[in-house]
Amino acid sequence: MLKYFFKRLLHGIPVLFAVSTITFLIMRVVPGGPFDQEKRLPPEILSNIHAKYHLDQPAITQYLLYLKQLVQGDMGPSYKYIGRDVADIILDTFPVSLTLGLLAMLVVVGIGIPMGVWSAYRQNSLVDRVCMFYATLGISIPSFVLGTLLVWLMSHKLQWLPPALWEGPRYMILPAIALGAPFSGFIARLTRSAVLEVLASDYIRTARAKGLTEFVILFKHTLKNSIFPIISVLGPLTAGLVTGSFVIEFIFSIPGMGSFFITAVTNRDYPLIMGVTLVYAVLIVLANILVDIIYMWLDPRVRM
Amino acid sequence: MSFFSKLSFGFLGVVFFSALFAPWVTPYSYETQNTLNTLATPSFSHVMGTDRLGRDLFSRLIYGARVSLFVGILTTLLALLIGVIYGSISGYVGGRIDSFMMRVVDVIFALPDMLMIILITVMMGRGVAGMFIALTLVSWVTVARLVRGEVLRIKEKQFVEAARALGASNSRILMKEILPNISGLIIVTLTFRIPVAILSESTLSFIGLGIAPPFSSWGTLANEGWKSIKFYPHLILFPSLAIFLTILSFNFLGDRLRDDLDPRNKAKFS
Repeated sequence: MLKYFFKRLLHGIPVLFAVSTITFLIMRVVPGGPFDQEKRLPPEILSNIHAKYHLDQPAITQYLLYLKQLVQGDMGPSYKYIGRDVADIILDTFPVSLTLGLLAMLVVVGIGIPMGVWSAYRQNSLVDRVCMFYATLGISIPSFVLGTLLVWLMSHKLQWLPPALWEGPRYMILPAIALGAPFSGFIARLTRSAVLEVLASDYIRTARAKGLTEFVILFKHTLKNSIFPIISVLGPLTAGLVTGSFVIEFIFSIPGMGSFFITAVTNRDYPLIMGVTLVYAVLIVLANILVDIIYMWLDPRVRM
Repeated sequence: MSFFSKLSFGFLGVVFFSALFAPWVTPYSYETQNTLNTLATPSFSHVMGTDRLGRDLFSRLIYGARVSLFVGILTTLLALLIGVIYGSISGYVGGRIDSFMMRVVDVIFALPDMLMIILITVMMGRGVAGMFIALTLVSWVTVARLVRGEVLRIKEKQFVEAARALGASNSRILMKEILPNISGLIIVTLTFRIPVAILSESTLSFIGLGIAPPFSSWGTLANEGWKSIKFYPHLILFPSLAIFLTILSFNFLGDRLRDDLDPRNKAKFS
């Protein structure tokens, strides 16, 4: 198991290398730089700044320099937040984004799986139809539409929950719902079809014939065997939640990595853009490895 | 056809029609400002109210449909074209070329896609062109994977073997035997990818990194409305509703098409 884990980690390295190369290329092929402002800097100052950040050198040298730094664990200084390192900013903002992502995941799984099981169990009933209608609504509602709607209703109209900022559990409820709820519809659909397939199998009929209660059949025999398709999408789902969180961070003014990414892109803060993109990519790679390992652990038939 | 798919079809028809014939459908020009009547709530003369410059929201929404639909549909078509060509070659040729081509797809797939879309769009100057390139670049790989899988499955079928035995060339087999068999998949993918593209575009424009004025998509309008959500919620309500209903309609139609085109469901309809 450990060997497999390290092998997968090694496979992740070329991916990260490709991500950094592509990001670097995108940042540099277009004209303009981080220090071109409305108010022109005197050429001497500009050339000094460029020299300080090695921007006066050919792009390929810059890239190699960056990679060398990166391998040593240094993500470089931010161009706009003077005196702060990219690593610093990421350490500050990453926990916020991670908390938001995990809470949203809780919403996704907490709504999606029970709903899917229930509607499969009562297939073609009114409950089923309502649940599947919710699922289609969920898939179709953009998280920013849900987010703004929640802010308007819960914060401005009813004044139950704060509309913005990140200062305690009460502040986390709306963002987590806005980020997670759209994905829960997708999980509900998936769970439903997986559960339906298992419910039609022979061993469920056997379990019924043995006289087991419906509760045991549903939660012990069925759910256990229909969990695999759900686990296999958890990897891409994590990626979706993680990269989708920047809209939510924008709406609720949450000081997470996504908000910093948005400002970094508009400021052309190259090291910060690169740093945040790499952290997201690492997160996605790790999530996929983790999901595969859970999959193997749960299903003894799958072996490396 | 079920009630919902009829409704979806009708709604999309109306949206398409008004986007196409926007100058004749809209009651006002999308840029005429009326500073005496700013931030008006919906009334008979302005069915969706006016924005902070006194421009008619309904007219702006219809012109916004042009941008949103144009970006959504055209990027999806382009991504589909690239994905189908790439995926079918990769699947049909097989071997080392296939594994190399799929390695490339894997790498693009591993990119954090929303971040790449933001990066490309902003770097290209927040125009329709940048958005177009960004969306196409990240979305063709999904299509390529799907198509490759199907081609791999179909190329082993007996009718393909029969065609080869009859002396059909590779390109003929691909065009005449395999592609017609995946056309259903392609149509379903198209209906499911268009809403994804519309969603990405509107999300980006909503956070202010997408399409920049003077063009405005539904996302741009939602962004303008967001600034005054507390006192003038109608400004964000209508653009959001338009985005939501359009995506919903595409998804309903996609579900319907998938069920209809699934060969396992054939018995029901023939």
